[in-house]
Amino acid sequence: MSTKLITALTAMLPFAASAQSSLNLTQGVTEISQRVYDLHMTIFYICCVIGVIVFGAMFVSMVIHRKSKNPKPATFHENVKVEIIWTVIPFLILIGMAIPATQTLFAMEDTSEAEVTVLVTGSQWKWHYKYFDHDVEYFSLLATRQDQINNRLDKGENYLLEVDRPLVIPTDTKVRFLVTSDDVIHSWWVPDFAVKKDANPGFINEAWTKVDEPGIYRGQCAELCGKDHGFMPVVVIAKEPAEYQAWISEQEAIQKQAKEEEQRLLSMSMSKDELMELGERIYLGSCAACHQPSGEGIPGVFPSLKGTDMVLNDIDGHIDIVVNGKAGTAMQAFGNQLSLRELAAVITYERNAWGNNTGDLIQAADVNKFMNE
Amino acid sequence: MATNDPTPTNARPDNARVVKRLLFVVVGMFGFGFALVPLYEVFCDITGFNGRTKNEQAAANTRQVDTSRTINVQFITRVNKGMPWGFSPEVNSVRVHPGETKVVNFLASNPTGQNMVAQAIPSVAPGEAGLYLNKTECFCFNQQPLAAGADTKMPMQFYLDPDIPEHIHTLTLSYTMYDMTANAQPDVLATFEATPSAD
Amino acid sequence: MSTVAGEMDHNDHHHHAPSGFTRWLFTTNHKDIGSMYLWFSFIMFLVGGSMAMVIRAELFQPGLQLVDPHFFNQMTTVHGLIMVFGAVMPAFTGLANWMVPLMIGAPDMALPRMNNWSFWILPFAFAILLASLFMEGGGPAFGWTFYAPLSTTYSSDSTALFVFSVHIMGISSIMGAINVIVTIMNMRAPGMTYMKMPLFVWTWFITAFLLIAVMPVLAGAVTMVLTDKYFGTSFFDAAGGGDPVLFQHIFWFFGHPEVYIMILPSFGIISAIIPAFSRKRLFGYSSMVYATAAIAGLSFIVWAHHMFTTGMPVAAEIFFMYATMLISVPTGVKVFNWVATMWRGSITFETPMLFALAFVILFTIGGFSGLMLAITPVDFQYHDTYFVVAHFHYVLVSGAIFSIMAAAYYWLPKWTGHMYDETLAKWHFWCSLISVNLLFFPMHFAGLAGMPRRIPDYSLQFADINQIVSIGGFAFGLSQLIFLWVVIKCARGGEKAPAKPWEGAEGLEWTVPSPAPYHTFETPPEVK
Repeated sequence: MSTKLITALTAMLPFAASAQSSLNLTQGVTEISQRVYDLHMTIFYICCVIGVIVFGAMFVSMVIHRKSKNPKPATFHENVKVEIIWTVIPFLILIGMAIPATQTLFAMEDTSEAEVTVLVTGSQWKWHYKYFDHDVEYFSLLATRQDQINNRLDKGENYLLEVDRPLVIPTDTKVRFLVTSDDVIHSWWVPDFAVKKDANPGFINEAWTKVDEPGIYRGQCAELCGKDHGFMPVVVIAKEPAEYQAWISEQEAIQKQAKEEEQRLLSMSMSKDELMELGERIYLGSCAACHQPSGEGIPGVFPSLKGTDMVLNDIDGHIDIVVNGKAGTAMQAFGNQLSLRELAAVITYERNAWGNNTGDLIQAADVNKFMNE
Repeated sequence: MATNDPTPTNARPDNARVVKRLLFVVVGMFGFGFALVPLYEVFCDITGFNGRTKNEQAAANTRQVDTSRTINVQFITRVNKGMPWGFSPEVNSVRVHPGETKVVNFLASNPTGQNMVAQAIPSVAPGEAGLYLNKTECFCFNQQPLAAGADTKMPMQFYLDPDIPEHIHTLTLSYTMYDMTANAQPDVLATFEATPSAD
Repeated sequence: MSTVAGEMDHNDHHHHAPSGFTRWLFTTNHKDIGSMYLWFSFIMFLVGGSMAMVIRAELFQPGLQLVDPHFFNQMTTVHGLIMVFGAVMPAFTGLANWMVPLMIGAPDMALPRMNNWSFWILPFAFAILLASLFMEGGGPAFGWTFYAPLSTTYSSDSTALFVFSVHIMGISSIMGAINVIVTIMNMRAPGMTYMKMPLFVWTWFITAFLLIAVMPVLAGAVTMVLTDKYFGTSFFDAAGGGDPVLFQHIFWFFGHPEVYIMILPSFGIISAIIPAFSRKRLFGYSSMVYATAAIAGLSFIVWAHHMFTTGMPVAAEIFFMYATMLISVPTGVKVFNWVATMWRGSITFETPMLFALAFVILFTIGGFSGLMLAITPVDFQYHDTYFVVAHFHYVLVSGAIFSIMAAAYYWLPKWTGHMYDETLAKWHFWCSLISVNLLFFPMHFAGLAGMPRRIPDYSLQFADINQIVSIGGFAFGLSQLIFLWVVIKCARGGEKAPAKPWEGAEGLEWTVPSPAPYHTFETPPEVK
C-alpha cells in the first residue's frame, strides 16, 4: 500500500506519470483509445507546466515577500498591458489544446461501414447483447457470487468485473454498437476501447470500435441506474476473426438446439425437488437482487413475495407477472430471458419457499400453455 | 437624522419597482424552463439531436433517385418492459438508393387475452441521419389497436432524402412498442367494437 | 477610503431587540439573520458530512459491510443535496446578510421581513428532506442530479417530499437573491458607486442574478418530475413522446450556473483577504469585475458538457467543448490577479490568509481537472468516474468551503468582538489541508484507473486507493470539529478585537466597532 501511495503522490510529477501504471488512464487496445490517452497526457503536461509557473510564483512570493523580509509593500496595481498578456496567452494555449482535441473527436466519428453490429440493451441490472446479422442473443449478468460481496468468501481476482456470458467480438474488424435501455439510463463503458455511451430508454445511440489485440476487456455501467448500479459489469472478449466466426456459428447452433430442446421438454414433468433446486438457483440469480434472498423484498420499493396473495392464490397472475413483467415498475418480463423450464422452476420455488408451502408444482408445459393462450 | 435617513421616502417605491422586475424575471424563467420542452423538440427536428425523428407523414419524393449510392437501412424492433406483444420486422435490413421509395412490413401480435392499444416510438442512429429519413406512410404515426390473440402486418413506406451526407453508409431505425391501452384515444378504442375480438 | 460619522453613540443597541427564542424567530436584523444562516449551514455541513462518513466507511474495503446499496444511494444523493443547498449556498447567503450592508454602508437589508422568511423556511425544507429518509422505501436514491426516469417511474414515493423540499429551498434562495440585488442597487451609501464596491459585493451581485435566472428553471424541472411521476404527463418518457435526455438539458441549464453560484462569492472573499494580508491593493479591480461577469455569462452556454456521452452530434460537442474551455480564460485572469497582488507585498500568514492561499492553489488544481474534463474525446473516459468526483470536490470543498472558512476567520472578530484562538485555528487549517488532499487527490487516480462514481462496492484494484481516501475523509471530518471549537470559544470570549484587527484590511466594515453594533450605518457614511 505504501508503495502505491508513493507512486500516487509522485505521479503528479510529469516524468512519473508517463510510466504505464494502474493509476493512470489506460492506453487501451484501439487506435482511438491510444489517441485519447495521448491527448489526455498532452493536456495533463500543459496543466503541469502552467501549475509549476503559477504555484512557483506564489511560493516565491510567500517566501521572499513575507513581512519579515519585505516590511514595506510595493504599491503597484492596474496594468492594462499585463492584463492583456495574461488573457491572450491562455487563449493561445487553449487553441493549442483545441486542435488535437478536435482532430481526435472527428476521428471518433468515423462512420465507415461496420462489418458487425451488436445491439446492446441495458436493464436493471444486466446487459443484453444481440448480434444483428446472426440469430444470437443473450443476457450478460454479474458472475461474482453473493457470498464474496457479503464477505463470506474470499474475493476472486476479477471481483465484480466478471460476467456469466461476455460479449464476443472479432479483432481487426469495425464493430458497431447500438446502445439502448429497457428502463432507466445506463451507460455502456469499456475503458480499453475508449467507448462510453449512454443507454437511453426509447432511443438508440451509436458507438464503434476496432480492437487490435485479442483479449478480455472489462468495464462497468457508468450511469447511476438504481440499487445495483455497481453490480452490472461489462466484459468483452475479442477473438481473431476466424475464431469469432467459429464461435458465432456454434452459438447459433446452440441457441437453435435449445429452442428445439425446449419444445421436447414440454412433455416431460420435473419432480418437486428438481424444480425447487433449479428454482432456487434462478431465483438467487435473477430475482433476489430486488425481492431479496428472504423473499421479503424492500418495503416501499420491491414487494414481498412471502405470504402475499398473488403467490399463495393466483397462479395465472403469478405466471403472468413473471413472464410479462409489470409496466411502469422495475419488474421486467422474464419470458424472453429464461427458458420455459427455468420459468416453471422459479415460479414453483416462489410458491413453496419461505413458508409459502402452497404445494403447487408448475411445469414448463403450464408456462408454455399460458404464453400461447 | 431624518434628513440623512438612507431609506428616504422616495427610496421605498424604488424597492418595490426593482422587486417587481425581479419577480417578473423569476416567473419568466420558470416559464422558460417549461418552454425548453417545445424548444427542444424544434431543436431536435432541425438538428436530428438524440436520434429523434419527425414522426409525421412526409410528402412523397419528387427528386431523382441517386443510384450511385447505396445505403444500408437496418431495422430494430423492441417492446417495452412488461409489454407482452410480439413485434418484428419482416426483413432485418434493406439496401436502398437515396430517393428510392421502399415498403417494409412489420409484424405485430397480441398474445394476451385482452384487446390492447400500442404505440411505436422511432429512434434513428446516427441521429443526424434521422433528418433525411422521410416516412410517407407508417404505423408509427398512430396508436395501433390489436384485439386479443390477433396479429397484424403493418407497413412502413419511406425514402431517404438524396441530400443525405456522403459519410452515412448505415442507418438504423429502431422502434420501441409501448403499451398505450390505458391512454388510448377514443377513436382507436372504437375499432374494437367495430371488429369482433378473437376471443 | 471612507470616513464614518455618528454611529458610535448607539451603545444601547439591544434596546428594542426582544430576548430569547422570539428574538431569533421574529428578527429582521441582517446580522441576526446572517448568524442564523451561518449556524444553519454549519449544522447542515455536519449532517451532510456525516453522510459522507457513511459513504467512506462503506467504501473503506471492497465488499458490502455496513449499508445496503439502496441506502448507499440515498446517502450519496442526500449528501449532495444537503451540501449544495444546505451548506454552501446558505453559508454564502449568511455572509451576504452580515457583510453586504456593512460593506456598502447600509443600515440593513432592503427587505428585512422577507429576509426573515427566506431564512425560516429553510429548516422546514431540510426537515422534510431528511424525514423522507425514514419513509417506507427510503429517501431519494437517484443522485442529486435526479435523472429521469430513475427519479420518475423508478423512484420511491418519497420523491414527492423531495420535490416539495427542493421547491422550498428554491423559494428561499430566490428571496435571498432578490434581497441582495435590491440592497445593492438601492442602499449604497452616498459616493459608493458600483465600481467602488468591494469585490465580495460585486460577486454576490452577479451571483444573485444567476440565482434568479436559474433557480426557477430548477423549480420547473422538479415540477415536471412530479407531474411525470404522479399526474401522467410524459415530459421525460419516450412512450408519451417525451425524452429522458431533455431532463438532463433542463437540469444542467440550471446546474452549470449553479456551480458558479457556489464559487463566485468565494472569488469575492479571496479578493478581500489576499490584499489585506499582503498589505497591497488588489492588482486589477476592474478586470476582476469583468472576469466575474464573463464567467457568469459563459455559464449559460456550457451546460451540455455534462452530457457528452448522451450521444450528441459532433457540431454540438465541439461547440460545448470550446465554450467550456473558454471559461478558463477569465478564471485564469482571477488567479493571475491574486498572484500579482501578493507579488512584492508584505505578506503575513494569519489563518484567513492560509485558507485563502490554499484556496488559490487547490481551486486551480480543480480548474486544471475541469479543463481536462472539457476536452470531449477524453471526457468519454473521465465521465462519471471518480476523476469527476475529485474535480468537483476540489472546486467545492477546497474551493468554496475553504473560502467560507477563510471568510469566517477573517470576519469572526467583527462578528464576536473577540479574536479567535490563532493556535487552534492553525491546527484546524493544517489538519484540513493535509486531510482534504489525502481525501480527494487519490480520487483522481481511482477515476483514471476506471472506478465509476456512485458505486457501493468496487473491484480489488481500487482497494488501496479507497482506503487512503477513506482515512483522509475521516480525518477531514474530525478536523471540522476543531473549527466548531474555535468558533464557540471565540463567541464566548477571548482577546478583545479592535475595530480593525487586520493591518492591511480595507472597507467600511472595519470602520464600525467590534463586535459590530446591532444597528450600524443608521446615518450613511460618506464614501470618497
